[in-house]
This record gives sequence, structure tokens and C-alpha cells, in this order.
Amino acid sequence: MTTFSYNFDTEVFRQKVSFPTGIFINNEFRKGSDATEIDVINPTTGKTITKVSEATKADVDDAVRAARKAFQTVWGLNMPGSDRSRLLGKLADLMEAHSDELAALEALDNGKTFGWAKTVDVTAAIECIRYYAGWADKVHGKTIETSEAKLAYTRHEPIGVAGQIIPWNFPLLMMTWKIGPALATGCAVVLKPSEFTPLSALRMCSLIQEAGFPAGVVNVVVGYGSTTGQAIAEHMDIDKVAFTGSTLVGRKIQEAAAKSNLKNVTLELGGKSPNIIFDDADLEQAVNWAAFGIFWNHGQACCAGSRIFVQEGIYDKFLEAFTKKALEIKLGDPFKQGSYQGPQVSQIQYDRIMAYIQSGKEQGAQVHVGGERFGTEGYWIKPTIFTNTTPDMKIVREEIFGPVGVVIKFQDEEDVVRQANDTTYGLAAAVFSQNITRALKVAHRLQAGTAWINCYNQIHCQVPFGGYKQSGVGRELGEYALENYTAVKAVHVNLGHTI
Amino acid sequence: MTTFTHEFDTPVFKKKVSFPTGIFINNEFSAGVNNTTIDLVNPTTGQVVAQVSEGMPADVDRAVAAARKAFETTWGLNTPGFDRGRLLTRLADLMEENMDELAALDAFDNGKSFMMARHGDVPFSISVIRYFAGWADKNHGQTIETTEAKFAYTRHEPVGVCGQIIPWNFPLLMMVSKIGPALATGCTVVLKPSEVTPLTALRMAQLIVAAGFPPGVVNIVVGYGSTVGQAIAEHLGIDKVSFTGSTVVGRKILEASAKSNLKKVTLELGGKSPSIVFDDADLDQAVKWVALGIFGNAGQACVAGSRIFIQEGIYDKFLEAFTKHATSIKLGDPFRADSQQGPQVSQIQYDRVMGYINSGKEQGAKVHTGGSRHGNLGYWIQPTIFTDVRPDMKIVREEIFGPVGVVIKFKDEDDVVRQANDTLYGLAAAVFTKDIKRAVETANRVQAGTVWVNSMMSGNVQIPFGGYKQSGIGRENGEAALAEYTNVKAVHVNLGHTL
Repeated sequence: MTTFSYNFDTEVFRQKVSFPTGIFINNEFRKGSDATEIDVINPTTGKTITKVSEATKADVDDAVRAARKAFQTVWGLNMPGSDRSRLLGKLADLMEAHSDELAALEALDNGKTFGWAKTVDVTAAIECIRYYAGWADKVHGKTIETSEAKLAYTRHEPIGVAGQIIPWNFPLLMMTWKIGPALATGCAVVLKPSEFTPLSALRMCSLIQEAGFPAGVVNVVVGYGSTTGQAIAEHMDIDKVAFTGSTLVGRKIQEAAAKSNLKNVTLELGGKSPNIIFDDADLEQAVNWAAFGIFWNHGQACCAGSRIFVQEGIYDKFLEAFTKKALEIKLGDPFKQGSYQGPQVSQIQYDRIMAYIQSGKEQGAQVHVGGERFGTEGYWIKPTIFTNTTPDMKIVREEIFGPVGVVIKFQDEEDVVRQANDTTYGLAAAVFSQNITRALKVAHRLQAGTAWINCYNQIHCQVPFGGYKQSGVGRELGEYALENYTAVKAVHVNLGHTI
Repeated sequence: MTTFTHEFDTPVFKKKVSFPTGIFINNEFSAGVNNTTIDLVNPTTGQVVAQVSEGMPADVDRAVAAARKAFETTWGLNTPGFDRGRLLTRLADLMEENMDELAALDAFDNGKSFMMARHGDVPFSISVIRYFAGWADKNHGQTIETTEAKFAYTRHEPVGVCGQIIPWNFPLLMMVSKIGPALATGCTVVLKPSEVTPLTALRMAQLIVAAGFPPGVVNIVVGYGSTVGQAIAEHLGIDKVSFTGSTVVGRKILEASAKSNLKKVTLELGGKSPSIVFDDADLDQAVKWVALGIFGNAGQACVAGSRIFIQEGIYDKFLEAFTKHATSIKLGDPFRADSQQGPQVSQIQYDRVMGYINSGKEQGAKVHTGGSRHGNLGYWIQPTIFTDVRPDMKIVREEIFGPVGVVIKFKDEDDVVRQANDTLYGLAAAVFTKDIKRAVETANRVQAGTVWVNSMMSGNVQIPFGGYKQSGIGRENGEAALAEYTNVKAVHVNLGHTL
């Protein structure tokens, strides 16, 4: 069985880490049933860091069996919500005790800087677990008045075994967004991390066990989408699948659910989110937020503000300041003090983004800044801004998932709302304006599940997040996420209606 | 363009009725683009009695365009909730003024008794519209605390254009259960009634116009599942599809959504619901409720209590009383005041049910009573009880959708809960006992979206309704229905976080 041992000896983090990286079922690590392994690549060098065990369809079956057994015996409603809450609280405490280590694993695996991983990813992940710990004993149904001859009430029961498939852009955070509400409501979990970034999830397995979660409550199976992911989506004994990733794969998940057992499906998919900056915006803040909106996490965010609409009155001033900001971004090793942007996560992603940049050039857009590789090793791409685009260009319509923004001039509110909504996506949007009426009215008209006013990429576990249109189905975070993991049962008790 | 004209001259209803039966778009009736018609067959005689215009995919396109335009201009959030509520109330008032006619049309089309329609279906339908009228201006979002540097709130916005596909078993009731929450939340509708029972929906179209709904808010396209239904499920201009019908077709709807635009999907599908009678049940009442559960509506109900579990202590007494009751049910013309059971809805359904009865005989079950056709005209089937069944028989596992129940003896709570849950379905269940602990515990343990204690088929619009497992996705009725027709948008207003 595989183990990951690594000596971190860097400016920002020094520690020797070592933990098992097998398939995690029933609180134990083991080899995959085929004894095959997956290489984990360091995106700063393109070289293999380690190998982890690969899960097969048979391993998924074992995981589901373990989850089902736990759900029926020691988990589900067999453990009171307040006890589920304590276990989640303990897990959060353990994450906090190991926060630097988790941040370092994230940076090593994904390529994001240690600084960002520590201050955002790990911090938010801990907050998410604590938040759902608080919900665990507050999953309320209703009593419903009809007549005095009936007592009618609802129970919000845990739906059962949840299959959860997460992406590589925020590995640890995405894991907590999924397991938080699932465990709080009493579901048992079979989680597939991305095969590109499995390390933090595998480290979490040891913490989950240490926190005291019973065997089978959380099972982690690292594998490829086409095998392990597909096995989850079509499994006859999984009650619900939650997927975050591309729209293309999201469709396959829903189709597999339809063809197997009609399991419930929630999807968090792609986006091409508009960032709209009006003449009366606070220019400096708008520039800073716009840069954060598209360049943070190397543009690898589903809600990235990748179409930046700037009103004609401040277009030139904005573009000048925005360009300056883009050029100031420090690309560098994730473990060097002062680095802001690391490499893209993999060769595949690098090639994809470069191809989009190429298509932008070919279709006649202007590379205002960037547009090429950075350095000679690893997958860095320079922060890139395109101008002089037309609405039909691929770089304007399709999700690039890299540090590449298009800047588009607009005239007025009607014009920009029409352009902003002219997309099959609907994940997020932002409006920059100091005028309260304009800011709120535009935010209300945008077809997006999150609308930011005078900020960007601000996510809180208390506030729901999810897509309109082809950006997804269902909402994560907030109280809303509990619905994804509960089945509503209505009980009608007859108190006097005879026939 | 077609018109339905009929002189009702019956003991329970006398009136000449006449109304258009074209495709209903933008508050107007017209022929379908193909100018073809669908025959309506009277299930009491098997004769064709009328034609209605047949809709095709091109008619669905027209309807969607009308619905989209209305949503963006005269409906959606352009009409305040209070006003949407008033229009719904007006519709309910008009339905009340026309109760007899609506009941007669459902009885004529579906074969259910006029008395059942007049005292069950139609009043219930009116209550559904009145109930959702009350919700129209109470579709609340949340304000959510994060920090004082942010104002975060959610809006529950109408999803947009909704495709709604309804079955033939409760034609009017199914229509209002769908349009009620959709219109209350501000959605516009493209409704496909069953081509077998379109008359009440088409009469409702006139009432919708008379109530004052703007053109395009409700559109009705009668057609076949494979043409009109499929066109709705895969339409790129429809934001959400809601379907009630068989599990087989439900899968196709979910798949079509995955392959088209990932439109939101809710499904109300089939069932094989257990009625569980313990030794200490009130025997007389249990017999009556259980009989209603399987023979009501000629067994054509998704919640039919088709597997009847009787505890060994009262098995013989129950079976005797139940059989006596079954044989006393009056099968007769829907328009006779004393008729309690009408024909099955169509030749196809008649053949299907008789096919299951034959399979029961062939697989070795005992026909305790019934098991044959009633009369020699129309599609009547005798109330049928099978005993001496095995769990693997088709009549025990598959949904028959006719007046055919299987009676099974059981020992104790654990035994019956195991048997009751041994099914892919999970729509409803009933428990008959006087013991409070046993009642609540059994209700908790049975995997079903609705559990009746000491009653059956007792629905109220205030209480959510839907399936566990392969009986469906989502909930109708109650406040829960509103969530199916709204998109949650989270708005984050920055009040001081600068970069």
C-alpha cells in the first residue's frame, strides 16, 4: 500500500510529513483491488512527487457497502445530531492543529502558493466544518396545520449514502463543502478526490479517523473520472451524487443517474462570469477586485470574473490601471515568500489555456498584456488580458479556467445586462458602482446564482452558492445545503377522520 | 380547429357543454402546425367521442416563445406577488362557479365516477389553487449574517419557463398541482396534459383567460409523450421540467435534461406502497381505508396501497371483511349516483392490468376474489385480491396501476418493515395500529415520502408530497413546492472590505 513521505524544507514551511495514501474504507487504508497506482505530479516541475493507490469499480462497491452498513447501524439517525456535531467540531480542531501541514500539501499538489492555501483554503475549510457542526442538531421539519382531525408533520431524514466527486482547484475546501453538510445531516459518504490533487483529502482521512468518526462513515476513493467517477454516478446503492467540475462531465453524471437508480443529483459546474464596472465605480477598488476576480488561484475558479465589462467613460483609465496591476503580479514558487501566482495545475490544463490564448490571437483579439508562458519549467502562464474582442469569439464564450480575462467596453445598463446574460452559464456576476439603485437593480437583473456588489470572489460558508442555467443544479453552503442531503417524509396521523 | 361539444344528459349532470380544444398559446386557441387531431375515447364504451388538436414539437417552440416573452415582460417579477395571488384566487373562484362541469369532464374523459370527481378531485383542485395564491407574495429569501463589512441576502427568483407534463389519472388535480406553485412564484408554463384526458385542462384554459392572466403565462399543448413530451424535456428554451408519470418515462426526462441544457427536473413517479395492518388496528376502519387505498380511482393512483401486509393475529378476520367489502363495491357508469368504480382509463391500461392478473395466476398466486373483466363493454375490471404470493412475483414487485391488491401475512414489526422496504419504490405507506410507539417507529422506519397512520390516500395541499428512491425527485405541495420553481441568488453587498 502506498505512503506519502516528504520533507518540506522551504522558506515558509519546514516539516517532515508521512501518511498513508491507500484507498480509505472503514477507517482503514489498503491497496486498490487491482493494486494499480496513480502518479501525483508537482506542477512547478512537471515531475512525479509520489504515487497513490487507484480505486477501481470494485473498490467503489466496497466503499458503498461500508457506507451503507455504517448508515444503517452507527450513523444516520442512530447517532443524535448533537453527537454528529461534536465529531465535526473535533475534526475542525484537528484541522486547525495541522493547518500548516494541510496548506503545504495543498500548495505542493495544486501549485497554489502556501500563503493563499493557509489564509484562504485551509481557513475557509475549517470554518466550513465548524459551520456545519453547528447545523447537525438543527435539521428541522415542520408541523403543518390542516384540520384538528390530523397531525401532519415532516421529518428531514438523511438521504443515505452520498457519492461526492470533487475537483482539483480547491481540493481541501471542496472536500469540506461536500462532507460538511452530508455528515451534519447524517449521511455516509463515498468521496472521490481529483486524481490530480488527492493529498489533502488523504491526509484528512487520518484526521477523520482520529476525530472518532465510526468506520464506514467517510470513505475516500482516489481514481479517474471515467472509472471511479462513473462507478459512483451509476451505482445502484448510492442515494445521491454531488459533483463539482465541468459542465460537460456534469451532464454525464445526470445521465448516469437517470439510467441507473434515479439518484438525486446536485451539480456545481462552469462559469463565464461577468464583472461589470460602471463609470461611477471606485476606480482603484474596482481594479483591485477585478484583478483578484480573474487572476486569483491562477484563474482556476468556477466563479472567475473572466468577462470584464467596463463602461466607456472610464474604460481607458481602468485598462491602464488594470494592466499595471496584472504586470505587478508576482509569479513564483509556491513556497517562496512573496509569490502570488503559482503554476497551472497540470500539463493538460496548461495546454488547454494556451490553446484558448492561441484562438484569441487567431480570431483577431488583441493581447493587451501577457499571452505566453512564464519561465521554462512547470506550468506557469502570465496574467493575460485580451481587448478588442467580439461576442462570438471562443475566448469570450467558453470557460478558459486560467489567468486570462477579456475586457469589453459597454455603453449603458441595458447594453451590459444584455451582454452579461448572453451566455449559457450563470454562476456568478459582479457590479461596481457607488449608486445604490443602479448597483442593486443590475445585480437583480443578472442571471447568476451569486451577485457581488463592489467586491469579487467573496465566499462565506453561511451564504448559498450555486448556478443558474447550465452552471449547475442546487445550492451549496448556507442552510440551503442541508436540503441536498435530506429526504422529506410527511407523516399524517389520523386523529378522528373515519370512513 | 377543434371544438368539444357534448350534451350531458345524465342522472347527476345535465348541461350542454362547448369549448375550443385547439392548441392554447398566448391566450388563443389554434390548430396545431400539422393540422392533425387526436381521438378521445370514452372508456365506458371504447368509442371515439371527440377530437382535439394535436400539438407537435413546432407547437412547443411557439409555446415556449410565448412563455419566454411573457416571463420577461408581463409576468415573472414584473407582476408583484400580491397581484399574482389575486389572479390565482380569481381562477379558483371561476373553478368553483364551474365545479359540476369540471367534474363531468374529468368523469367523461377518465371514467372516474362523477360523484368522486365532484366531491374529491374538483374541490381538492380548487384548494390547491387557493393555497398557492396565498403563497405568491410570501416567497421569502434570507438575510445572512457574516460580518458587518458585508450585507448578504438571498432572492428566490422564479426559475423562468417551466415545462409541465401531467398524467391521466387525476387530470384536473395534476394540472393545478403543477401550475399552482409555478404561477405563484412567477414562472410561466408550457403544460402538456395527457393525450388520453385533455378536456379539463382545455376548459381551464378558458377560465385562465377569464381570470385575467396575461397572454403567454399559461400555454397548453396536447400531444403524445414521444413528440410533445420529448420536445419539452429536451427544449433549450425551457428552464425547468416537472413530470408526473411512470418511472420508465421519468428516466427519459432526466436523461433528456442532461443531454440538452441541464434544466432543473422534478419527478413524481410510480409506487408499490405498503399498507401495514397490525393486530391492534381498528379492524373495521382498517378494512375501509385499505380498500380505498387499492380500489380508489380503480387503483390508478401512484400512492395506491397495493401490497397489503396483515399481521397473523387478525389475518383471517381482516381478509374476510376485506373481501366482503371488495365484492360490495359498485362498478357502474360514472354518471350514476351510486357508482363507486368506473372503468380503467383506456384499452392499453386495461390490457396491462389484465396482463398482470394473468401473470399472478401463472406464477401460482391465488385469486381470492375478482380477477376478471366486469361487463362486456368498456374497460371495467373487478376489484381483485391475490393471496398466497411470494416476494419474487411480478404482481408483488411491479406497479400494476389497477384495482389489484396482494395480501401478505406478517409476524412482527421487524419482519414487515423489512418486507415493506424491499422495493425500488418509496412513494407512500400506511400503518394501522392504536399503539403510539409502534405507529411512530414504523412510520420512521419505512422508506417512503408519505406515511399515513390510520388512514390512506388522505392528501392535503399544505403537506409536501414526493418519493424516496425510484419514486421520484423533489416535493410537490406545501411550502416545499416553491423551492422547485425558484432559483436562489445570493447577493453580497460590500460595505467596507477594501483590497
